[in-house]
Amino acid sequence: MQEKVKDGPSSEFQVVGTRPVRPDGADKVTGRAKFGADFSLPGQLVGKVLRSPYPHARIKSIDASAALKLPGVKAVVCRDDFLEQSSEFIPAGEMMINYRDVVRNVMAREKALYEGHAVAAVAATSAVIAKEALRLIKVDYEILPHVIDVVEAMQPDAPLLHEDMFTAGIEPTPKTASNVAKRLEIGHGDIAAGFKQADMVIEREFTTKPVHQGYIEPHACVASVSEDGQADVWVSTQGHWVVRAHCARLLGWDIGKVRVTAAEIGGGFGGKTVVYLEPIALALSKKARRPVKMVMTREEVFKASGPTSGAHVRVKIGAKKDGRIVAAEADLKYQAGAFAGSPVQPGAMCAYAPYDIENVKVVGYDVVTNRPKVAAYRAPGGPISEFAVESVLDEIAAKLGIDPIDMRLKNAAKQGTKAAYGPKFGPIGMVETLEAAKTHAHWRTPLGKHQGRGVASGFWFNIGGETSVSLSLNEDGTLSLTAGTPDIGGLRASLCMMAAEELGVPLDKIRVQIGDTGQLGYNFLTGGSRSTFSSGMATVEAARDVMKEACKRAAKLWELPDDAVEYSNGGVRPAGPNAGKHAPMTLKEIAGIAGKTGGPIVGYARINAAGAAPSLATHIADVEVDPETGKVSVIRYTAIQDAGRAIHPSYVEGQYQGGVAQGIGWALNEEYIYGDDGRLQNPGFLDYRVPVASDLPMIDTVIIEVPNPRHPYGVRGVGETPIVPPMAAIANAVANATGVRFTDLPMSPPRVLKALDEARAKGTAKL
Amino acid sequence: MAKHHITATVNGDPVEFLCEPQETLLDALRDQLHLTGTKEGCSTGDCGACSVTVDDRLVCSCLMLGVEAEGKSIRTIEGMAQGDELHPLQQKFLEHAALQCGICTPGFLVAAKALLDKQPDPSETEVRYWLAGNLCRCTGYDKIVRAVLDAAAELRGA
Repeated sequence: MQEKVKDGPSSEFQVVGTRPVRPDGADKVTGRAKFGADFSLPGQLVGKVLRSPYPHARIKSIDASAALKLPGVKAVVCRDDFLEQSSEFIPAGEMMINYRDVVRNVMAREKALYEGHAVAAVAATSAVIAKEALRLIKVDYEILPHVIDVVEAMQPDAPLLHEDMFTAGIEPTPKTASNVAKRLEIGHGDIAAGFKQADMVIEREFTTKPVHQGYIEPHACVASVSEDGQADVWVSTQGHWVVRAHCARLLGWDIGKVRVTAAEIGGGFGGKTVVYLEPIALALSKKARRPVKMVMTREEVFKASGPTSGAHVRVKIGAKKDGRIVAAEADLKYQAGAFAGSPVQPGAMCAYAPYDIENVKVVGYDVVTNRPKVAAYRAPGGPISEFAVESVLDEIAAKLGIDPIDMRLKNAAKQGTKAAYGPKFGPIGMVETLEAAKTHAHWRTPLGKHQGRGVASGFWFNIGGETSVSLSLNEDGTLSLTAGTPDIGGLRASLCMMAAEELGVPLDKIRVQIGDTGQLGYNFLTGGSRSTFSSGMATVEAARDVMKEACKRAAKLWELPDDAVEYSNGGVRPAGPNAGKHAPMTLKEIAGIAGKTGGPIVGYARINAAGAAPSLATHIADVEVDPETGKVSVIRYTAIQDAGRAIHPSYVEGQYQGGVAQGIGWALNEEYIYGDDGRLQNPGFLDYRVPVASDLPMIDTVIIEVPNPRHPYGVRGVGETPIVPPMAAIANAVANATGVRFTDLPMSPPRVLKALDEARAKGTAKL
Repeated sequence: MAKHHITATVNGDPVEFLCEPQETLLDALRDQLHLTGTKEGCSTGDCGACSVTVDDRLVCSCLMLGVEAEGKSIRTIEGMAQGDELHPLQQKFLEHAALQCGICTPGFLVAAKALLDKQPDPSETEVRYWLAGNLCRCTGYDKIVRAVLDAAAELRGA
């Protein structure tokens, strides 16, 4: 299947590196799997949200009395039903959150800050009644001027979203409020001295539009609160412990009173790491004393969840004639949406991370606008800054007459390189991906008429974090594995494989489930490409716990010291001087004596997984540009990325291919389009055009394996890096095909045609 | 508003259900018949997650009313496997890892089966254009297209 996985370390394993059918597969091809909207409870009500039609308005009053009188309406909630929260930024994976803002995003308080902002919600006996009730809620709005564009929002006379926002990160703190929540700076060296050494300096400005994660499954949940205050939530989420914490905090309840069960999740890509409906459904259920089910429409998903930032980026890079980069600078202005917290920090950290550069300075601004609050989207922040950097690198390479892969090789970060954002890299695969690109047949495939080729690299950190796993040895020797990170793309397969590898038992003897928040210790969410890494690490630890306990039980039976028994080939046997004294016992036989040797055997791991390692990628894109319509078609694509080690190569390839497809959408078509009235004009899949099957070619993949020494199987996260290189790879390919460099995304047909026409008029177009 | 009494065939079985005049076939399948394998992704006919066949014609069940199902034969994902035997498309989707989150999978399978019923030997381009009405945000379609082509070959006995 496609490129063979690079042989080598993987061959030492029996299970790791193979491609078995996933354990949740049959349920997912037969319609049996229960996703967020598939769960129902007897007597459940339908919850619906009233949303602001205005991008910016003060909410003077809310009158729900008429709605409450409508037969079938059981509860209405609004801002008064959620506790005020103090301002405090707390880490939430790759992003920061502030509960003062979270509560306001879930339900508008003083002001509605974007079209689609939740203002009130009802629970009723049917969807028809709930919708009618929304119409009966009277909201008195004072309409305020709004601002949509990031650069306009930074102007001194821009409408203010938050009268108490004083830019953080500037000394002294400004005395006047603005829409700039934060200024940050990272880097090292002497940037001015660096540029003085440069033979060539190129400076360009770029813009990118907000794009939505575009998961096919809208947000959905069912909440049920009993009379004694015990609450249950079934929800499509990337992290049910996180949902539990947020809901408990916003409602002022004990965390222990809330149990959250993760449904099968129909895509998330970062967008299901935050809460929208869940606290509302709980508040409604508490009032109505009935279960409440809430499901967003697609229009609500576009208007009120996600997306990622649009941005304005300036990049300036100086290089010597031989291609060595001597100075690199960037300014990043990222839209956060209505509340502070764009991914500008990781964007700044990623910008130059693939390269070893002595003098780097990146300045970032986190800017609020009257748009939905951004949520994490696959490598949050990285694709934006790296698009700009990789585009300028390409231009420099072309102007210096250096092969773009050689240019990158000359500057590639390696083990020991000090990243501009601080740490020294351990083993990383940047050079390996570039070398694989250079020797790949794609790189030498001849191009046809109106075609061009581009290359770009990309970086993502990856994270670890708090993780719990349990592994029970059942009475018959089979095993039950319980993990707590929702499985979005094959996690259960990978965990099962690592457990089977450790234990030396057949894969089909282990059944794996995602446990609810009552079944395990805390688990941080599936995000940051952490699940295979962290839950994998915990699974290995839990398996080793079972193996150790199995040895103990045999030792007890054989009346030997614990360390005189060893685990081998799916069972235990006497070791050392006692070798051969007793016949080996299988795990099944150990399971049979568990009761009389001390009780059930359960392996448990509760860790804060450390040692997550970055994954680097290099992509090659070929495009064909239609000179008459400006349509760009991607005709050939190769994604090369370091996986550390691919546990299940098909799902690693799948991550590469899926990230590429989202990147192609970002590059060519996807964008939030606003009217002058501050309203979103394309809140549906017809006009917000994600790539469809006929838009794309096969996406070739090459899995590089530079093992992560901090993981028992060498795993790096792989999910996020693949969305980083496509925008620049495609822009570089379009420049190669047309002679026109595009600095504004998306490169949609009207924009490309306009630029081509202008270039033709100037005589600079190649077609 | 009075509910309508509808008699239809779903996956070969006779069914009766009551539905409101404005209720979609998708809602009737999911809420009245509890066949939740058919998914709702957009309710505007753009994503294909709700694909079913009605008298062997592929439709988005979100664009059809429940009352229009009267007397019709509807096939959903729940009717694709025969007893213990997964349909070759289902099997190939698993073998090729043609799903990640799996929310779009029922729609893709129903749509792909409708294609192979008409055209047992489709080209890659035909598969891509036929499935252009089904959105997948996870896979980039590569493994889906391969799985469909492989299942087609198996069904042809090739």
